[in-house]
Amino acid sequence: MAKILAVDDSASMRQMVEFTLKAAGHTVTDAVDGKQALDIARTQSFDLVLTDVNMPIMDGLALTKALRALPSFKFTPILVLTTEAGMDKKQAGRAAGATGWLVKPFNPEQLLATIKKVLD
Amino acid sequence: MSIDISQFHDVFFEESFEGLDAMESGLLNLDVGAADVDAINTIFRAAHSIKGGAGTFGFMDVSKFTHVMETMLDEMRNGDRDVTEASTNLLLDAVDVLREMLTAVQQKVETDDERIADVRQKLEVMMAGELDPESAITFAADAENTPLSERADMVLGWKIDFRPHRHLFQTGNDPVRIFRELASLGELSAEVNDDKLPLFSYLDPEESYLAWVLTLRGNVAETDVMEIFEWVDDDCDLTISRLTDYSATPTSEVQLANASSEPVTEVPTPSQETTAIVALPETAPNIAATPAAAKTKVSPATTAAASIRVGTDKVDSLINMVGELVITQSMLSQIGDNFTPEMLPQLIDGLAQLERNTREMQEGIMRIRMLPISFAFNRFPRLVHDMTNKMGKQVELKLTGEQTELDKTVMEKIGDPLVHLVRNSLDHGLETPEVRLAAGKNETGLLQLKAFHQGGNIVIEIHDDGAGLNEDKILAKAIEKGLVSENDVMSPEKIHELIFLPGFSTADLVTDVSGRGVGMDVVRKNINSLGGTVEVVSKRGEGSIFTIRLPLTLAIMDGQTIRVGGENYIIPLISIIETLEIKATDMKPVSGKGELYKLRDEYVPIIRLYSVFNLSPHITDIEQGLLVIVEGEGQKVGLFIDDLLGQQQVVIKSLETNYRKVVGVSGATILGDGTVALILDVPGVMALYRDPSLSKPVLNDDRAA
Repeated sequence: MAKILAVDDSASMRQMVEFTLKAAGHTVTDAVDGKQALDIARTQSFDLVLTDVNMPIMDGLALTKALRALPSFKFTPILVLTTEAGMDKKQAGRAAGATGWLVKPFNPEQLLATIKKVLD
Repeated sequence: MSIDISQFHDVFFEESFEGLDAMESGLLNLDVGAADVDAINTIFRAAHSIKGGAGTFGFMDVSKFTHVMETMLDEMRNGDRDVTEASTNLLLDAVDVLREMLTAVQQKVETDDERIADVRQKLEVMMAGELDPESAITFAADAENTPLSERADMVLGWKIDFRPHRHLFQTGNDPVRIFRELASLGELSAEVNDDKLPLFSYLDPEESYLAWVLTLRGNVAETDVMEIFEWVDDDCDLTISRLTDYSATPTSEVQLANASSEPVTEVPTPSQETTAIVALPETAPNIAATPAAAKTKVSPATTAAASIRVGTDKVDSLINMVGELVITQSMLSQIGDNFTPEMLPQLIDGLAQLERNTREMQEGIMRIRMLPISFAFNRFPRLVHDMTNKMGKQVELKLTGEQTELDKTVMEKIGDPLVHLVRNSLDHGLETPEVRLAAGKNETGLLQLKAFHQGGNIVIEIHDDGAGLNEDKILAKAIEKGLVSENDVMSPEKIHELIFLPGFSTADLVTDVSGRGVGMDVVRKNINSLGGTVEVVSKRGEGSIFTIRLPLTLAIMDGQTIRVGGENYIIPLISIIETLEIKATDMKPVSGKGELYKLRDEYVPIIRLYSVFNLSPHITDIEQGLLVIVEGEGQKVGLFIDDLLGQQQVVIKSLETNYRKVVGVSGATILGDGTVALILDVPGVMALYRDPSLSKPVLNDDRAA
């Protein structure tokens, strides 16, 4: 099963995502903002990164950009979790190097269905 | 797999209420006209999180309402909308509504729909009709609502011409995964086109060179196919066309360089080996149609179990202390195993260590219940903002010592008295700008809330630089109410004390702001019931200081052990003013109603505790015993006792939960020798003294216990 880095500043979202992924058998590492996620990513690699966009200190887009600059994250799927269904955010996510996105609100089933798209 | 997401509701509510507090304080601090983008961002983020969480956890009304706020904040953040007094006030109202909505959802009660609609409409009006909140919010669940006609339309399949751009892999996307998804929709066959594949020596394994023509057979909606390519449609050239003839073979339409099975396996994709995907029919559910209905069935009302957030550092230090306690315990048991008199110093050391461990543990455990007083203070910026707006006053609120920690129970109960005192200061103390200017003061009044530790107590001060208490008015009112006589000569301090008497109110008019029939006497009573005191110091024209003193915790208090008629009692140290040996000549019997003692320039009633508690007295001669002067509800009395034994911290055990309420006794404690001592409730003892019948049914059997 996959090793996943989940980044969200909201504790409830973090718990929901983590619980769902763990229940599906994945290994999950949590981070509360982009900065913390990046610090973790510098020391280990992941099969998938799920990141919220709007976060204090370092947002999800900045994190995506920074991760893509790390050799071990060059091809890693990165999904941004965003409430903004508008194309501008998706474009921004793409420009930053995100693989795709998942529009909030989503339920556990949708989350699992989406990550299935990028995991083997 | 089905996951019950209601288990995350508590966390969601907790963080949402925190978010609302952050929004509120952020809005209060926003500078109209020149708002700080970071500050707006923080407010926006809080709204954004609440909206996202509410949507996720199925609270759609909350989500929709927050969406309107979020949009407005987003415009402010982008500089498309000015931060005005009106807009921040409206957003503050919206925060209130949102708080009510969340509370209603949490407690599963009805919301005030009218108010919600009203504020929401105001927000929308302010947004000048640029927004249609119903359509602006997109729920993932809408995927279900794809028009039926489209689905019902029989489709033979799709031909997909997919030419990824060279950088596709660097977005983390992989054609193989896309093929696999397509294969889950219907019968898929793929033809590869390797025209662009360079010679091996020029090949960059991180780039994508191949193109494919895919044939997907089956009754599949176009939107479902589009959705699979959604993430990559900017990173490839994509043509999707309908299969017209079921029998048509793709090979006949597409030029192929080679056989389909062979070259693909050689393509060096960076992450994993690519294998040709050929016809993987699968009856997997259509992804977009996967039921998205939120699994938020209404769970039975969760009882709001009181919980407390404890910093891990506090828990860690407790674990550390337990560790030390275990070491001490094993040391002591070693000494005990083969004790010889020479080991006495070791034993004494060990016991001293045990005492230290116990004390540290006690303090550590107490700290768990401690919260910073900012929990009680943080409502005041809003209160002051709203009230001064209403009254046309200008007031600057200054909070200090917000990190001072206080027991959670005390915190919960000090809120209302504090609000009352602050309202009083705003209403009666601080003047309007005109009056202040005329008095030569700064037109903006200063209201300060200070919290700090002093001795074993926490002190909260409410300072205002307003008009101060008006002694003439207070005295006139007290005389009118018959609380004092016209002939009484009273110092200003004595007059100030009068405001704490029951039924006293100095407001010229009962205003909307204060004076709802709840007087300062109730404030004092509430604070006294917490084992605390409240005092006022005031100077005409300069302002007033209300000082509240509270015990750090309700579970432990400093007590004075006393002895009366063979029984031990505890008097809370905070209520003791002094203890005296008295002379019979200073006594003044009052006909029919007890005795008075002349304490300097005042007379205090003497309460013989043995008679109140119906004990057989050991000492009845007033010169043989002691008189403890105590204060309760603003009144002094002298308790006549046999002897003082010692002061100690006592752990309060509730009589009410273990037995029943007993007038004159606030609880019990277990003394060092294992005996039980009752803790006196001073105001209760005073009530018993005035009306002995209060005790009759209770005290006789109680004492035997």
